Amino acid sequence: MSEFLAMGGYAFYVWTSFGAVLLVMLVNALEAARHHRQLRRRLERSQRRDSEQSARQAVHQTTLQRRG
Amino acid sequence: MHRIFSQWASPVHFYRLTGRMIPWLWAATLLLLAVGLFGGLVLAPPDYQQGEAYRIIFVHVPSAWMAMFVYMSMAVSAAISLIWRIKLADIWAKVSAPLGASFTALALLTGSLWGKPMWGTWWVWDARITSVVILLFLYIGYMALRAAIEDRRTASRASAILILVGVVNVPIIHYSVIWWNTLHQGPTITRLDAPAIHVSMLIPLLVMALAFMLYYLTVGLMRARSEVLDQERNSRWVTELVREEAR
Repeated sequence: MSEFLAMGGYAFYVWTSFGAVLLVMLVNALEAARHHRQLRRRLERSQRRDSEQSARQAVHQTTLQRRG
Repeated sequence: MHRIFSQWASPVHFYRLTGRMIPWLWAATLLLLAVGLFGGLVLAPPDYQQGEAYRIIFVHVPSAWMAMFVYMSMAVSAAISLIWRIKLADIWAKVSAPLGASFTALALLTGSLWGKPMWGTWWVWDARITSVVILLFLYIGYMALRAAIEDRRTASRASAILILVGVVNVPIIHYSVIWWNTLHQGPTITRLDAPAIHVSMLIPLLVMALAFMLYYLTVGLMRARSEVLDQERNSRWVTELVREEAR
């Protein structure tokens, strides 16, 4: 096992290469997932805001009608 | 044909279909990556000249191939979006850029980490390495140009033209090791006669390349889905989808 990790004296070069590649791939994937989650949340929030606003407008309109 | 394509490329259909595909694509990517890593790091024998250091090939060469492959895929998408105005083609070019830039940077980094023990230097300005640096700048330039232009359609058109002009660099990268006398070695796999690499090393290399390809497809589709959702935010299917999920 330690012989495997030593990579015939080239441990630094080999493991840094593999580590960097896998790290960059992982970060790209996590970033894509995070971006999607945030977008979904943002869309949900703006939609809720819109429906609340239209509900308020409806209430406002009925009060006006009653007064009228 | 065009009808089938535009149906498949319709935003709703694309979003649903890719949503179902992505878990399977991840499973395939991770499986191939595991097999490729095991084959490259454990099963493949050490090189008779370079010892264990040559194993960097299993990440360096797939990264370098992907650097060029992603660029060509962007160029095709850019051409399609310029000619037929298909939004999805523009989205694919846009989401590919950071992935292509990542692979290019990784090819340069792992090349440097391989060059130090084998050539005795981290860096030389030879034709191969210089043309890959230009490729990295093309990716960065593309992303900067897109970010700088406010109007989406102008941004997509201007950046598509940049990508298409930059295509001349791709054959230069490929033939650089033949046209110029470089420190970088010549082609090993893509020679007309048999590849100059033993099959016990070739198989893990091809498996890794396939894993990288699937990774690009998977993460690209994930990003493309977000982009589709964002661009279609005011359409009915998105409102319905968000409402369904919120329940």
